[in-house]
Amino acid sequence: MANSTPPLRGKQAVLAEMSSHPAVRALVLWKPEALTDAKFEYGELTLTVAAAEIRAACVALQAAGYNFFEDMTAVDWFPQSPRFQLSYHLLSHAFKERIRLRVLLDEGEPGTQPGVDSIVPVWAGANFFEREVFDLFGIGFHGHPDLRRIMMPDDWQGHPLRKDYPVEGYR
Amino acid sequence: MRSNPSSPVLERPTSLPSTEETAPRQMVLNMGPQHPATHGVLRLVVELDGEIITSVRPEIGYLHTGIEKTCEAKFYQQVVPLTDRINYLDPLSNNLCYCLAVEKLLDLEIPERAQWIRVLLTELSRLNSHLIWLGTHAMDIGALTVFLYTFREREEILRLFEAVAGQRMMTSYFRIGGLAMEPPRGWFERVAAFIKSFPEKIDEYSNLLTGNPIFYNRLKGVGPLSAADAIALGVTGPPLRASGVDIDLRRDMPYSGYEKFKFHVPTSTDGDTWARYEVRMIELRESTKIVEQALAGMPGGPVKADAPKVVLPDREKMKTQMESLIHHFKIVTEGFNVPAGEVYQGIECGHGQVGYYVVSDGTAKPWRIHMRYPSFATLQAVETMAKGRLIADLVAVIGTIDIVLGEIDR
Repeated sequence: MANSTPPLRGKQAVLAEMSSHPAVRALVLWKPEALTDAKFEYGELTLTVAAAEIRAACVALQAAGYNFFEDMTAVDWFPQSPRFQLSYHLLSHAFKERIRLRVLLDEGEPGTQPGVDSIVPVWAGANFFEREVFDLFGIGFHGHPDLRRIMMPDDWQGHPLRKDYPVEGYR
Repeated sequence: MRSNPSSPVLERPTSLPSTEETAPRQMVLNMGPQHPATHGVLRLVVELDGEIITSVRPEIGYLHTGIEKTCEAKFYQQVVPLTDRINYLDPLSNNLCYCLAVEKLLDLEIPERAQWIRVLLTELSRLNSHLIWLGTHAMDIGALTVFLYTFREREEILRLFEAVAGQRMMTSYFRIGGLAMEPPRGWFERVAAFIKSFPEKIDEYSNLLTGNPIFYNRLKGVGPLSAADAIALGVTGPPLRASGVDIDLRRDMPYSGYEKFKFHVPTSTDGDTWARYEVRMIELRESTKIVEQALAGMPGGPVKADAPKVVLPDREKMKTQMESLIHHFKIVTEGFNVPAGEVYQGIECGHGQVGYYVVSDGTAKPWRIHMRYPSFATLQAVETMAKGRLIADLVAVIGTIDIVLGEIDR
């Protein structure tokens, strides 16, 4: 499948070319400074928002027609900084289109846990997805109703999907 | 326990209520992880007030094998066999979703014949998935016979898979860039013969169940789910459509040439277990129609993309041409580099929406692969569907979401 649309990289390029896109318009009307980066690649729109604003951004996008929370996960860019990226995939049943929201997170001081606001108050279905990221990446979600490990046993040490965790595990 | 009136030491002051009145009426029941109705290793912690369910807490992870971590240590082409094992009842949908995601990153043009065979096989795979759902769901309810009927047809589908892929369940038949090989001679005729007789078989299942008053009463009104709840909880596929949300990615965001096929997307507004049964029964017929169209319009041509650095050469070429041998050796030993970037590919499998999120750092191994599987999200709706209902209905609710633990735990 050849991608017909040329890619756009950077906030300025996306704002200039795609200002009529419902998601871009909704975020610009809501809080333009919260949108820190944007790109349009492989026919997919990625919007990066400030970590503190993720829940409010989801509320704004939900109101703009992105009514369905489809997926959420993390990427560990170790040893780069900021280390963690959270990717939220939202689907619009009305526009038949999907967007990706992205949040970048620093690892923080040793002994502390990076974290963002939970979006469970916006979409209850994010519950298990956030628990999975908490379990496998060690990222906290403020305001999550039931933040426990989901895949690994409760007394497990470490977070297996982090890049500094060996594939065979610790023996 | 009532105190013994003949013993003054045990006599309670009358002002205090007896234990019978104050004792909590709640009972905590542990269902699973080994339970025939959970279709795998699902554990449900159920709180009961008599026979009424007050809360259901799913505990998962008993089948967690860390497939997402394993993927990061494999070449892109080596991930295909891992995807089979996630949703082992609909293996070709997994293969398809993964291949489409990587092909999007590689910007590969897939030959039309490969796309059509992919559609044909994915629909057979959907039939396979729905047949297992129907058989096991009816068995959970107590209608044991249907299971034997649906597995008779499933066996034929598995034989068709075996003929193209050499494997009944772990097919790995779709590869990055097309198919593993051309289907064997006579295979399309076998599919045609099977699909011609299949509508009668659906009538047969329907005769056993649809008019059956016990089956009807066990499903009607059980496990209600409103459209708003379904959307909030991330429910997809037949349960979402049975709640009145008309969304099917095959029609609404077509992939692999689905836009060329005509089919009807069944919906219902009842949102109960019976509606989900009806929606899936119609989907069986619609999938049959798609397979018929694919057979009728099957284009000719190659089944692999023209990308020698990505797609393994034919056996014959590898043995006779130096260049093909080099490509073969390079792909097998070093893999192929995929341009840096991130893509998300969503498809509609038998249970609902599957999504593969592939992040590449430009090397031959994926930096991160995340799979969104429908059962994982739909499991969250069990409490909404079962709360305030009888414990006996819980089995129907688990069956109706068409759960596969392999895709929940991954």
